[in-house]
Amino acid sequence: MGVVAVVTGVSRYLGGMVADLLVGQPGVDRVIGVDVIPPPAPLTAEFVRADIRNPVLGRIMEDAGVDTVVHMGVIATPRQAGGRSVMKDINVIGTMQLLAACQRSESVRHLVVKSTAAVYGSGPRDPALVTEDVPPRHPPTSGWAKDSAEVEDYVRAFGRRRSDVHITTLRFANIVGPGMRTGMTSYLTMPVVPTVLGFDPRLQFVHEDDAIDVTLKAVVQRSRGTYNIAGDGVVLLSQAVHAMNRIMLPVPVSTLSFVGRSLARGAWADFSRDQIRYLTYGRALDTSAAADNLGFWPRFGSHEALASLASAVHAHG
Amino acid sequence: MDEQRIRPSKAARRVGATGPRPISPARLAAHAGEVKGEDRSEEFTSTLEVVKSRLTGDYSVDDFGFDPQFTDRVLMEIFRPLYRHWFRVEVSGIDAVPSGGGALIVANHSGTIALDSVMTQVAVHDEHPAHRNLRMLGADLVFQTPFIGDLARRAGHTLACHADAERLLASGEVVGVWPEGFKGIGKPFAERYRLQRFGRGGFVSAAVRTGVPIIPTAIVGAEEIYPMIANASVLARFLGLPFFPVTPTFPALGPLGLIPLPSKWLIHFDDPIPTDHLPPGSADDPAVLFDITDQVRERIQRRLYDLLAQRGGVFG
Repeated sequence: MGVVAVVTGVSRYLGGMVADLLVGQPGVDRVIGVDVIPPPAPLTAEFVRADIRNPVLGRIMEDAGVDTVVHMGVIATPRQAGGRSVMKDINVIGTMQLLAACQRSESVRHLVVKSTAAVYGSGPRDPALVTEDVPPRHPPTSGWAKDSAEVEDYVRAFGRRRSDVHITTLRFANIVGPGMRTGMTSYLTMPVVPTVLGFDPRLQFVHEDDAIDVTLKAVVQRSRGTYNIAGDGVVLLSQAVHAMNRIMLPVPVSTLSFVGRSLARGAWADFSRDQIRYLTYGRALDTSAAADNLGFWPRFGSHEALASLASAVHAHG
Repeated sequence: MDEQRIRPSKAARRVGATGPRPISPARLAAHAGEVKGEDRSEEFTSTLEVVKSRLTGDYSVDDFGFDPQFTDRVLMEIFRPLYRHWFRVEVSGIDAVPSGGGALIVANHSGTIALDSVMTQVAVHDEHPAHRNLRMLGADLVFQTPFIGDLARRAGHTLACHADAERLLASGEVVGVWPEGFKGIGKPFAERYRLQRFGRGGFVSAAVRTGVPIIPTAIVGAEEIYPMIANASVLARFLGLPFFPVTPTFPALGPLGLIPLPSKWLIHFDDPIPTDHLPPGSADDPAVLFDITDQVRERIQRRLYDLLAQRGGVFG
């Protein structure tokens, strides 16, 4: 019998793409996409409008005999959810409900979680390249990064209770590309990009196509483990601003949040404490585990991924 | 593999391929026969290209943030006059540094400001026939300080931690470490040329694990650049610094007190201590590591006294 998969968060670009492309994969029988809001365009995959915080999901999984759960439902910006408390609720409580359903299910064999490299935090005591096995030296304290760290905690706890389920956690660097809109892409497309005076952090990007590919690969291979996913190489923030053809405005770190929010009026750009730490100290990932154990090599380097965002932005004016 | 990750930008490749590299005495001597004028115009074009690539962000840095173009064309150019004319650095034993592959340079630390590590970087780059870039391991304080942390990364430095040290050594870089840390640079003038405790000796385990030679290195001269007669520890704590130096000229003379005294410098790279012959598992054997640490420490201390005797006067 082939894979019967549930994909959460399909009404956003990445989740929708993964659900749709999963349909065509060899050995995949059925794909059920789940989200609270309907997708902007109809999916090839089946769509069920459901809140993952609702027990209805457990029944769906039961009825369909779901063996693979792809959790892409952790949202990054309060604006997407309608406020920080709702966002936290969806991210953390939603994941708990999802995992509760998984734990009950007798058919679930594989769980793939889209996480973020933001769980490492950022700081001066980080090694130049972060590996998956080292506990974060500067754990995140707020927002999406903290939610993701909590989600990973629950996933680990689930893994202990259901050791028969294979778990793949993918920690992505900033995902960019023509289809993606995130706090980072909004930040880098501001006409004037405020940065931290005296720091030029190392950033990494992963192209959306690579992010989709590696998620599909993880599902099809039924892999297990935690993997850093980033395009090769690093891009300094100043280089990124140049690549986006924007103007850089270095300001003292204490004023960045204020200046950023004033300049970014209406945009999604994120100036949370963790994001400011990231814009100060940067972060780069050791991606050798993904290459060695998952057999995944991103097609786009960090520079190329960013260039594809730049050309997409340029094309749309 | 690390080679692949370094993504040379167009301009960097051009400069690397055809542009003249910064002038060093060795290279000047080698090119002595060439026509000077042509050389200069070529250099001018390449300087323009460098400026252009700096302004457009079209240069490459490696995963550690090392920016070879900036290091070569800006930092080295700034520190070279200090190296050559102010401190008149004399280098011996540079052959101890291999032309290829990893090596760990371990040196004494002194001088209130870590100019000794910068001068060692210039020495390895300019005096070694392969013009190797010394990759240094620094304290986290360096990387949290605005501008300084950024410059340090661009110059090829990274955090002193096992992960980074082993990664650099394994990828065949020459790594520099100053195990005395702040205890070394912040010690009073009266204790000059007396080696402080060598931390936990983590650098030895990194070298043993990657099987690279350790090169004990003695630096004479840095102790006298800012003779520290007192440490304003209350002020230091207030500023979050490991120490706040009081020298005969600083802070009494204000910014003028920042000018280092022109002491005469000698840097000696001692014979390498091989680590690749050790049995596997040695990196986890504290007895082996302590033994090597002591050996390195003793060699540096002995060589310091030799160099001091050889130097004669402080100002040469």
